[in-house]
Amino acid sequence: MNDMRFVETRVTTNEAKFTAKDVQVYYGDNHAIKDVSIDIEDKTVTAFIGPSGCGKSTFLRCLNRMNDTIDICRVEGDILLDGEDIYDKKVDPVQLRARVGMVFQKPNPFPKSIYDNVAYGPRIHGMARTRADLDEIVEKSLRRAALWDEAKDRLNAPGTGLSGGQQQRLCIARAVATEPEVLLMDEPCSALDPIATSQVEELIADLRTRFSVVIVTHSMQQAARVSQKTAFFHLGDLVEYGDTGHIFTNPEDPRTESYITGRIG
Amino acid sequence: MNSKHILSAFDEDLESIQARISKMGGLVELAILDSIKSLTTRDVELAETVRANDKLVDELEAQILEDTAMVIALRAPTAVDLRVVLTVMKAAGNLERIGDYAKNIAKRTTVLAELVALEEASRGMNRMAREVQLMLKDVLDALVQRDAQLAADIIARDKDVDQMYNSLFREFLTFMMEDPRNISTCMHLHFIAKNIERMGDHVTAIAEEVIYLVTGERLDDPRSKGDITSVDPDLSDLG
Repeated sequence: MNDMRFVETRVTTNEAKFTAKDVQVYYGDNHAIKDVSIDIEDKTVTAFIGPSGCGKSTFLRCLNRMNDTIDICRVEGDILLDGEDIYDKKVDPVQLRARVGMVFQKPNPFPKSIYDNVAYGPRIHGMARTRADLDEIVEKSLRRAALWDEAKDRLNAPGTGLSGGQQQRLCIARAVATEPEVLLMDEPCSALDPIATSQVEELIADLRTRFSVVIVTHSMQQAARVSQKTAFFHLGDLVEYGDTGHIFTNPEDPRTESYITGRIG
Repeated sequence: MNSKHILSAFDEDLESIQARISKMGGLVELAILDSIKSLTTRDVELAETVRANDKLVDELEAQILEDTAMVIALRAPTAVDLRVVLTVMKAAGNLERIGDYAKNIAKRTTVLAELVALEEASRGMNRMAREVQLMLKDVLDALVQRDAQLAADIIARDKDVDQMYNSLFREFLTFMMEDPRNISTCMHLHFIAKNIERMGDHVTAIAEEVIYLVTGERLDDPRSKGDITSVDPDLSDLG
């Protein structure tokens, strides 16, 4: 089935940004991700859906090695970013996370000014030599996150003083400030009202023209609205992965169908 | 796949629109039978009833469209649920058209009752209407039972209906050439035959929707045209 939006706005060249092969994740004895292989396309929004505990967030966190911070977590298999193994010993996780940014469920701005929140990444990665450079990056990032107009007159105010939706867009601005190639979003709208949700979704559509976005969401409708590719996880398995239009009208696997239609899976 | 939704009200909504389409289908089946019966028995009163009952069919269609709009707006159906809603919507439209054709037959019956009867032609018409009514009954079963095979059989059977129409077309031409006093009757009878043939097409359209509902795929090849009177020069030239 052709997804109308897909044909219309697809920017992708069908090139895999991420290639995961036979990925296993264990939390101690718990086998959380079983044999997952997936190609995540460049300049595409990919949604991970599935019931709680299905492994979608775990898998998302593998993509920028956030699981490294969990002692009992063990990742096996290959995850390649542009053909290079991100779990290779030579790879610096901090550098990796500049390339693969992340936005979390709860807005978590630093207890700093709006300006410093956005400037933090570019500063530690030495992306700006002068104050003027930094100003430019901050403005560009806030504009990309559709927050500039609301924030430009209060850049020195604390980021935590913004509304929930604004804070989440601030976190997105912070994530895009380091010019990532992939943006991972773990339930980015679950704490937001419908207007702020729409703003974030509009933003996702815009970000996709420059890089890949991978979003974990519990809202099936959100997955349908924002993504071109959808992956359904269940009990640690990647059950089905395909064009979003196809998944939502005619899924191949009965487990996918049960889940997206709201039946007991 | 589990058949029940976690949210049971969603199941109730879907069951209710499917119950309505079955009811609508039943009324339309009856309209086909009664309209053709009123024609063959020259029963003007029955024809009146058919015309009056078509209002019920129209009301049901309006109700179904309202229900399906509600389900889309409130439940955001996906996958098979979405296909159920889409199928029901299209089936309702097709049933409404079939109902209109039956009403038109009933209308012509009142006129034909005043004209000379053509027993032979009536018999052929009766057979054709009976076949279409059976196809409709089967397509409603296929819809309820999610039976794509039955739906495919119905599509194949529409060719028989088209054949019956073609031979009736020839008969009418012959009658008219034999005796010009038959022309008025034959003109009406021909419209009726064409109406029944169109009913078959609408049943076929519903059958195609059933296949989509069950398989999620649309049929690729367009239906072959069984009504050759518009393309066959031999038949066109006869007139």
